[in-house]
Amino acid sequence: MGGNHADHHHAPDGHGRALRLGIGGPVGSGKTALVAALCRTLGPSMRLGVVTNDIYTTEDADFLRRAGVLDPERISAVQTGCCPHTAIRDDIAANIDAVEGLEERFGPLDLVIVESGGDNLTATFSRGLADKQIFVLDVSGGDKVPRKGGPGVTTADLLLINKTDLAPLVGADLTVMSRDAAAVRDGKPVLFTSLREDRGAHSVAEWVTGLVHDWAHHHRAPAPTTSTA
Amino acid sequence: MNAMLLLLADSRLPAGGHAHSGGTEQAVASGAVHDVASLAAFLRGRLATAGLVAAGLAAAAVTASGAGWAELDAEADARTASPAQREAARTQGRLLLRVARRIWPAPALDELAAAVPSPHHPVVLGAVAAATGCSPRDAALAAAYNAVTGPATAAVRLLGLDPVEVHRLLAGLAPALEDTAATAASACAAGESARLPAHAAPALDLLAEQHIRTEVRLFIS
Repeated sequence: MGGNHADHHHAPDGHGRALRLGIGGPVGSGKTALVAALCRTLGPSMRLGVVTNDIYTTEDADFLRRAGVLDPERISAVQTGCCPHTAIRDDIAANIDAVEGLEERFGPLDLVIVESGGDNLTATFSRGLADKQIFVLDVSGGDKVPRKGGPGVTTADLLLINKTDLAPLVGADLTVMSRDAAAVRDGKPVLFTSLREDRGAHSVAEWVTGLVHDWAHHHRAPAPTTSTA
Repeated sequence: MNAMLLLLADSRLPAGGHAHSGGTEQAVASGAVHDVASLAAFLRGRLATAGLVAAGLAAAAVTASGAGWAELDAEADARTASPAQREAARTQGRLLLRVARRIWPAPALDELAAAVPSPHHPVVLGAVAAATGCSPRDAALAAAYNAVTGPATAAVRLLGLDPVEVHRLLAGLAPALEDTAATAASACAAGESARLPAHAAPALDLLAEQHIRTEVRLFIS
């Protein structure tokens, strides 16, 4: 942290930079496992960076580094002062700093993943930080959770429901979850998975790959010149 | 006093300040801060030392330019003994400078960014205050306010203190904030940056160094 970054501004419209993907969701739903899985599957074909927002120090970043799915230097940890949602929604400055720091050190990158600290159903990423976002739930929170909604469930570009292998054990009805999620998401995609069984999160990786290709197609052109550079 | 100063000093300014406790997290961990009375003592000490130093630097930054940026930043370094505090001040300064250049674009801010990519926070605060039309005394007041309000909020979060009691405490500090700003502004009116307030706070230095070595941290500083 804290290196002397070069003095340049990224164009706010995203030209010339990587796609920024936010991953949010409640504590224990599988956000870090998803990040590890995406790194495992996408790492060989994409230039990646990861920013973690740990509630406690560098727990998640350390987990990812130990998992060996990505060069440890490409994983940056941000502390959020007791308020994980503030750091991804109201005051995104430290996260932007971390993302831009990764791009300056390792860029150009194709994808930077920002993992939120575990939060509640009201958490959502600012559009100033994440271009696209995934909200991760798990079945063990109960099959009523999608019905309860909240901006993560209703507006995330992808809703991922994890730990389907536990559904019979906790009495969660996946049909109910699927129906309720569809009802509040206005056609936006919902995927079910068990990251314990699918350690590459292949369905999610495929969705992300589509986003990255689409982003590159629209934003890799040289940035328009501005007077504030 | 103007509306821009209110915006600049507001904790809702999205410049990363919410994740800094200014030593409060470690003071809570050590037991030094454990209730409103001990928080009051901590904040008074902080204001009289780090707060006054920051206020002096912010006031001086209002009229800085050219080679003055690097010089003032070096003065800030010389007044910040703890490497952890220097790091925290530079991180906060860099973040404030980045958002301020989008909110209040000004040639002086571009010049500062070119001269010092990650300047100390009070230096940036003063530069931004100038860009918004504030006086050196306004900038000093914002720095003094900043020196106590962030740590006070951190204490509310960490200890579950009654937020109204803590705000009453802050209201009680208002005259001291005004005095700090006046002292800082008159020190910088002398025009010599080496003569700016240079009050050391060894306890804060130690807290910062202990904090950065702590495995479980919620705040950056």
